[in-house]
Amino acid sequence: MTQPNRLDDGGVLIDRSHKIKFFFDGKPYNGHPGDTLASALLANGVKLVNRSYKYHRPRGIVSSGPEEPNALVNLGSDATHEPNIRMTQIELHDGLDATSQNRFPNLDADIGVLNAAASRLYPAGFYYKTFIHPRHAWKYLFEPVIRRIAGLGKAPTHPDNSQYEHTYAFCDVLIAGGGVAGLVAAKAASEAGARVILAEQTERLGGRLLVDDDAEIDGKPARVWLEETIAALEAMDNVTIRLRTCCSAAYDHNYCLLYERSGDRGEAAQVRHRLWRVRTARVIAATGMIERPIAFHYNDVPGVMLASAVRDYVKLWGVSPGEKTVVYTTNDDGYRTALALHEAGRTVRAILDSRKDPSGPLVEKARAAGLEIRPNTGIGKAKAKRNKLEQIETVNFDKPEAPGKTMYCDCVAMSNGWSPVIHLYSHSGGKALWDEDAVMYRPDPANPPRGKDAEAMVFVAGSANGELTTDAVVAQAAEIASEALSQLGMKTSAVAPSVTAVTETTTVPVWCTPSPGKAGLGGKHFLDYQNDVTVADVALAAREGYESVEHAKRYTTLGMATDQGKLSNINGHAILGKTLGKTMAEVGTTTFRPPFTPISFGSIAGRETGNLFKPVRQTAMHDWHAAHGADWEPVGDWRRPYRYQRGDEDRDTSIHRECLRVRNSVGILDASTLGKIIVKGPDAPKFLDMMYTNMMSSLKPGKCRYGLMNNENGFLMDDGVVVRLDEETFLCHTTSGGADRIHAWFEEWLQTEWFDFKVYVANVTEQYSQIAVAGPKGLELLGSLDSDIDFAAVPFMGMAEGTVEGCPVRAFRISFTGELSYEFAVPVSFGLALWEKLHAKAEALGGGVYGTEAQHILRAEKGFVVIGDETDGTVTAHDVGMSWAVSKKKEDFIGKRAMERSDLTRPDRKQLVGLLTEDPNEVLPDGAHGVENGKAIGHVTSTYFSPTLKRSIAMALINGGRARFGEVIQISTAKKKTIRAVICDPVFYDKKGERQDV
Amino acid sequence: MSELDLSLARPILEGVSDTGANGLKLFVQLLRGMVTLRADLSSPSVAAAVKDVTGSDMPDVRKATENVLWMSTDELLLLMPYGEGGAVAAKLGEALAGEHHLAVDVSDARSLFKLEGGAAREVLAKGAPVDLARDKFAVGDLRRTRISHIAAAFWQSGAEPDVFEIICFRSYANYLWEWLEESSREGSMPGIL
Repeated sequence: MTQPNRLDDGGVLIDRSHKIKFFFDGKPYNGHPGDTLASALLANGVKLVNRSYKYHRPRGIVSSGPEEPNALVNLGSDATHEPNIRMTQIELHDGLDATSQNRFPNLDADIGVLNAAASRLYPAGFYYKTFIHPRHAWKYLFEPVIRRIAGLGKAPTHPDNSQYEHTYAFCDVLIAGGGVAGLVAAKAASEAGARVILAEQTERLGGRLLVDDDAEIDGKPARVWLEETIAALEAMDNVTIRLRTCCSAAYDHNYCLLYERSGDRGEAAQVRHRLWRVRTARVIAATGMIERPIAFHYNDVPGVMLASAVRDYVKLWGVSPGEKTVVYTTNDDGYRTALALHEAGRTVRAILDSRKDPSGPLVEKARAAGLEIRPNTGIGKAKAKRNKLEQIETVNFDKPEAPGKTMYCDCVAMSNGWSPVIHLYSHSGGKALWDEDAVMYRPDPANPPRGKDAEAMVFVAGSANGELTTDAVVAQAAEIASEALSQLGMKTSAVAPSVTAVTETTTVPVWCTPSPGKAGLGGKHFLDYQNDVTVADVALAAREGYESVEHAKRYTTLGMATDQGKLSNINGHAILGKTLGKTMAEVGTTTFRPPFTPISFGSIAGRETGNLFKPVRQTAMHDWHAAHGADWEPVGDWRRPYRYQRGDEDRDTSIHRECLRVRNSVGILDASTLGKIIVKGPDAPKFLDMMYTNMMSSLKPGKCRYGLMNNENGFLMDDGVVVRLDEETFLCHTTSGGADRIHAWFEEWLQTEWFDFKVYVANVTEQYSQIAVAGPKGLELLGSLDSDIDFAAVPFMGMAEGTVEGCPVRAFRISFTGELSYEFAVPVSFGLALWEKLHAKAEALGGGVYGTEAQHILRAEKGFVVIGDETDGTVTAHDVGMSWAVSKKKEDFIGKRAMERSDLTRPDRKQLVGLLTEDPNEVLPDGAHGVENGKAIGHVTSTYFSPTLKRSIAMALINGGRARFGEVIQISTAKKKTIRAVICDPVFYDKKGERQDV
Repeated sequence: MSELDLSLARPILEGVSDTGANGLKLFVQLLRGMVTLRADLSSPSVAAAVKDVTGSDMPDVRKATENVLWMSTDELLLLMPYGEGGAVAAKLGEALAGEHHLAVDVSDARSLFKLEGGAAREVLAKGAPVDLARDKFAVGDLRRTRISHIAAAFWQSGAEPDVFEIICFRSYANYLWEWLEESSREGSMPGIL
């Protein structure tokens, strides 16, 4: 396996002494350590690497970095499978296994190419125009067919077995980019004593200095300066250098994301990716530039590449992408590529230059080397043979109609000037300015993203700021670094290095090269390779009225997908401007959004998968429940036993047994999840009178009272039993899901409105396990306990404190089942001990445990409401028939005024009623609507088969329902069936409440 | 007549995990008495009452003494042997009678972990948005923050090796234990602190 395009010499990154075997589409190849997958494939002469998204055109590698639009691959398989990875960023490692995407059955013979033959049928906005009617065709025709043909990589089908990590980090200066500007800034910041993180997305520092070493820095060759500077930085304690780490985002207040690909190199890495959340005082974005392509007829055939990328392959990896190369440039930098190829011994067929009179040192150097330079000339047309570039035809800009010259070549190196990478400056609001002379967007220094001190928080250094030559890059980076540092009150002792660099002349950009001969031959001038957007598409969008750059983007898909238009945006905007007769500044630019390049889902998840995906709150009795057949019900983050299964009985059997146990003997329930909030202070009674609809200040110490809580709109938001522990101290129970919310609600009112109230609150939900003991044999059970409490002497809604079976308890005589019932609050550490004792006693009496579903049925039999079942945020205390709990004496309470609004007092509001189905065995579906004259008149809020009453019961909110007891209404079900039910009082069982108050 | 039996009290978790990563050790501490005190922390009588029950001076903002943790501008968490929380709360109540305050025994509301070893900082930095650089967070520093998805607080109680004490609400103890164990794995540290 030879590498036909590997040069005999050169390649500063590769280690020629070692070979690496890897696979692409199952075929083995050789490369060297230091190669990327892209450089290794190019070395092996592989030109065709992908099929395009829409037309399935053959595509090759265009770039050498993160901007790559074409060369996306699937990496790995099964548990390591990852789609849409850019070959240009994959470090080659032994056994690397990559497969091409978006082709069927294989790259060379792809049937989707038929799309291209029909491409005239797919203009811009094709999807919007075509797939409208008939509606059902979407589901059965368009969607499946498009899904099959279009799309990028395949989604993984196996769980990912790699490890991903998160970390938080803090620094004074975060430097994004380890090129010359980043290094100069890092030196300045480190010598000023700042805490510095330098993040470099590749595996190397030095940026373009490794390729273009024609400058002298501090009187030394650039490479020598580079090595010395890196060594100096590595020796600094206050500098953290992270390679393979991309600064993906700079959010508000300089909260930045770093995406570290530390374990993508095949070794059994502990950590594959790590996501860093960095808080930094200042960001210095030394993110460089990206070269722009040139639109010409079939500028997408494999072999057409960015000039800088061709040069990178030659100099960094010792690879020449072609034997014979045509350089097509609009600036001096393209000549560097021509010279690099020439020096490497490869043929430069010609340099085509858009400018009429190219001059300057680089041009002269090329001329002196004997390279053919054709001014005022471009590539009019490219032609492929067997899916790779075979020849081009030139075009003269002054006489495009004249036939051009045909040149045989297998590589085109194109350069249309540079676009600074200003993403980080823009992510949180920095503006960009179009610089007409430099032909680029540069950061607008007057409109930077600003931090909490209203000062600029992101500074752009070096070529990211539009500096084109090394001397300008170094000088500007040193200056901007000291500006950023001085904002932090720091001063650097570092002196900006002096640089002697080659001068360059201006760029004359070409936004669309005319085709030679007759105009409009139908060839495609591609702007966006990844989305197959052409010059004609953007022009059509403009003509159809999509004049805003954001509209044109969405209509044509220019600048979308994984590369986010890194190569295409500026060229596309220029075409839009040309069509509309607007300048670049008038056209404007689309919004840069994070992340800079895609980050893996694994890195976002970190270790928070499996058990760590979401916390599950457990009571002290959790394991006991699990060991006794609990079926879990999620309540907030808690898990509560829904029922306890015996053997393989079905749900209803367990639930009905548990219900009847409470009605006939005694049951115990784990109610630990109930919220418990202590409210204490001289103003506590006054405060609770405001928080609850009913009066709490009149409650006597040692007594309990059920209370309702409104929000400001007069709607019910929580309920629970309030216990007055002493004159100044109350214990407020809330719903299980409401504990944190109500605690925060109390704090908010105390901190922001009634800060003059002397009240402190504490959330003690987690301090107590709570156990309900309910049923006619409850008193018998309690009597058998070793306790200093005389339970029989505790009145209904009373409370006692003492010791039960060695555990310190508070006992409340309250009932949510309608039976005689006590709730014990015991410190959580004692929870299991007391539970086990109570359980043994209950079993001895023929009772036992009951779960949340039995509890729900028991309370429904009694017509007790559950917040969240009978209420939905639009229901008042009056609606649920609890006007008795709304004080008429109190001057004010939260929601009082709102409850007096006409809409909340009208008599035909939905009101809580009971429903009895005519067929007692038919249980209404939950949420089903009552229907009358074709209109919905309310809905079912709770519905069960009552084992106590041996029939179906339901609660419902029905328009004006309380005045309609005895009427039969129709309940509509999802199965297009209606069920007849009688409206009744929602209390189905023991209407007088005699059982709970024995 | 029933007598209180402290031996019935059990923590939710018991265990020691020696993860091996840079000598990291993770412990669940057995039960510890805790009392929440909410009061005007600038009041001399509050400081005197705290000193009386703990022997400790009033901690500064975001600081911890051996047995007093600063929790917010008007809240402390006092630590004592398990079983003494009720008595301490009562004693504070007597000492501060007539002065607005809230003292409540919360000895069972939280679980307490100890993480010891050179990499302890990096473990915490994986889940807590706290600057844990050695010169920014040292013995006596405390943060009430979150770790991964859950509310937590931690303070540094020892150096060389670093020792951090971590508390979370009791119902989340299993989650935090597993998170700490997972995050302590050998080879998973970013290596910056």
